Amino acid sequence: MSQAVETTVRKRIRSRKRVERLFGMVCFAALLLSALLLFALVWGVAKDGIGRLNWSFIDSFPSRIASRAGIKAALAGTLWIIGLTILIAVPIGLASAVYLEEVAPKNRLVRIIELNVANLAGVPSILYGLLGLAVFVRWMDLGRTVLAGALTLSLLILPMIIITAQEALRAVPRAYREGSLALGTTPWRTTLKITLPCALPGILTGVILSVSRAMGETAPLITIGALTYVAFTPTGPNDGFTALPIQIFNWASRPQAAFHENAAASIIVLLAVLLGMNLIAIVLRDRARRKA
Amino acid sequence: MTNKLALAAVAALGALVLAGCGSSGESKTPEGAAEKLEGKVVVDGSSTVFPISEAVAEEFMKENPGVRVTVGISGTGGGLKKFAVGEIDISDASRPIDPAERDAAQKNGIDFIELPVAFDGLSVVVNPGNDWVDYLTVAELKAIWEPGSKITNWNQVRPTFPDRPLKLYGAGTDSGTFDYFTKAIVGEEKASRSDYQASEDDNSLVTGVSGDANALGYFGYAYYSENKDKLKLVPIKNGDADPVAPSPETIGNGTYQPLSRPEFIYVNAEAAKRPEIIAFVRFYLGEVGQALVSEVGYVPLAPEDYKLALERFETGKTGTAFDGPTVGVKFSDILKR
Repeated sequence: MSQAVETTVRKRIRSRKRVERLFGMVCFAALLLSALLLFALVWGVAKDGIGRLNWSFIDSFPSRIASRAGIKAALAGTLWIIGLTILIAVPIGLASAVYLEEVAPKNRLVRIIELNVANLAGVPSILYGLLGLAVFVRWMDLGRTVLAGALTLSLLILPMIIITAQEALRAVPRAYREGSLALGTTPWRTTLKITLPCALPGILTGVILSVSRAMGETAPLITIGALTYVAFTPTGPNDGFTALPIQIFNWASRPQAAFHENAAASIIVLLAVLLGMNLIAIVLRDRARRKA
Repeated sequence: MTNKLALAAVAALGALVLAGCGSSGESKTPEGAAEKLEGKVVVDGSSTVFPISEAVAEEFMKENPGVRVTVGISGTGGGLKKFAVGEIDISDASRPIDPAERDAAQKNGIDFIELPVAFDGLSVVVNPGNDWVDYLTVAELKAIWEPGSKITNWNQVRPTFPDRPLKLYGAGTDSGTFDYFTKAIVGEEKASRSDYQASEDDNSLVTGVSGDANALGYFGYAYYSENKDKLKLVPIKNGDADPVAPSPETIGNGTYQPLSRPEFIYVNAEAAKRPEIIAFVRFYLGEVGQALVSEVGYVPLAPEDYKLALERFETGKTGTAFDGPTVGVKFSDILKR
């Protein structure tokens, strides 16, 4: 009898283990699929673009002759825009998150605000472009400038920064804050010295993701009137500009194959800039994590 | 707490990025250039005209380093909208300005000088493996493309064609190419069947037609001439005339009808008093500009038509000459209106 029970139990265990293995395999296949897709994409771009990549490509302005054209204006425009966007969006986003999470009373109004912020994160980027055109370019009369572009992209990524920063702040154990307060520290010092530093790794992750998104955005920039052919680099926030995604889009839609190679080479540069900035942020995050 | 440091570093990251490109801003204006022109020329509009304006801007700035020319792409309609509120000096357009756009500009007291700069020929193409199409008539094209068309097989186009499915590739609804093709073939702007492979990116249409033996598609001539080995042109028979295939000659002399279209720049009449704008437009319509038109894949106007256009500009003649009948009318006669 026990023999029979044992075999059924063994059978069940075996089948459970099979399901377990199957589950692992499905998950692995999913990972493999996205990794392969990414690899195919990067490989395709690298194959087309690596031959065009040299210093003169980075240090030249666009040209009708594909082999003479470069991305100086677009790269400078992107760096300006992203730099300003970080300076505008990160402080405002962080302050908003701290207010919502640490200062504001948990009442209905705050919940409504939080709900709206979450909704704003899902609004298509072209709408931010239209808003930027109406408010920054026309109403505030900033013109089609770097500043107007940076303000528009800041609006675009603010909800993401606020939400991720809030999550990060929420994850800091209550005991830390209470411990600090019990020692007689004011709430403001507690936030600055205890809560924020502990939440920093999470906040940085949010900033990385948001800024990466901003860097790849084309639609809102075109809507507010970013240029396409620019033969100078911006000297200040009030200059006109173009950006890498716009340059890539323009070259990719040209009939001549030589311009498609330029587009591929620009994509490599955009990816490199993106990776570089993420790397800096990741190093900062890991440092913060060790210290915390 | 050194974490304050890390926090500050986030801000520093932004500042660093800004500083990195600040230094590259000094202009390299050589002292004592031939002419001391200064100022800005702001061009925006059609993506079809963009390559021409870009090339002209590039060459113009080599001769006039003090002038900053910028060119944007916001589409013909988008460009004319900005033009109507006075945000730009010159609007690139792949079709004549329409009455609504004219009124909008007028309301803001903005007059324009209309200048044709080049021709483009919309090309109807099939796969090189297609050995049955010798030409298509405008009526056949209309039957294929009109709204609600039930044609799904080549033998429905013409009984002598083989029994093969017909796969259609065409411009997306946001493109000026779509507007022009529907107006010239179907007879009404934006009237088209919708069950076809549509794309705003002409390169993907090229890929589609070159990979499908049963395909029929249309796009700008430049996209054909860069992919001659992958595509086959279809001559178009308009009325009783012999079938004509698009080529620089037939597009330029107006025999490729009705699918050859002029490309324009619209100059703000007030801006046209500024010396840098005058120099830029003269350059655009001059010898260098004419040569650049063919270099970037379009067909230049006849030399006398460039002269007529330049005359329009020099005398400051405002308004459009293209609101009357244009198909079948000699181009120079339109320009004299």
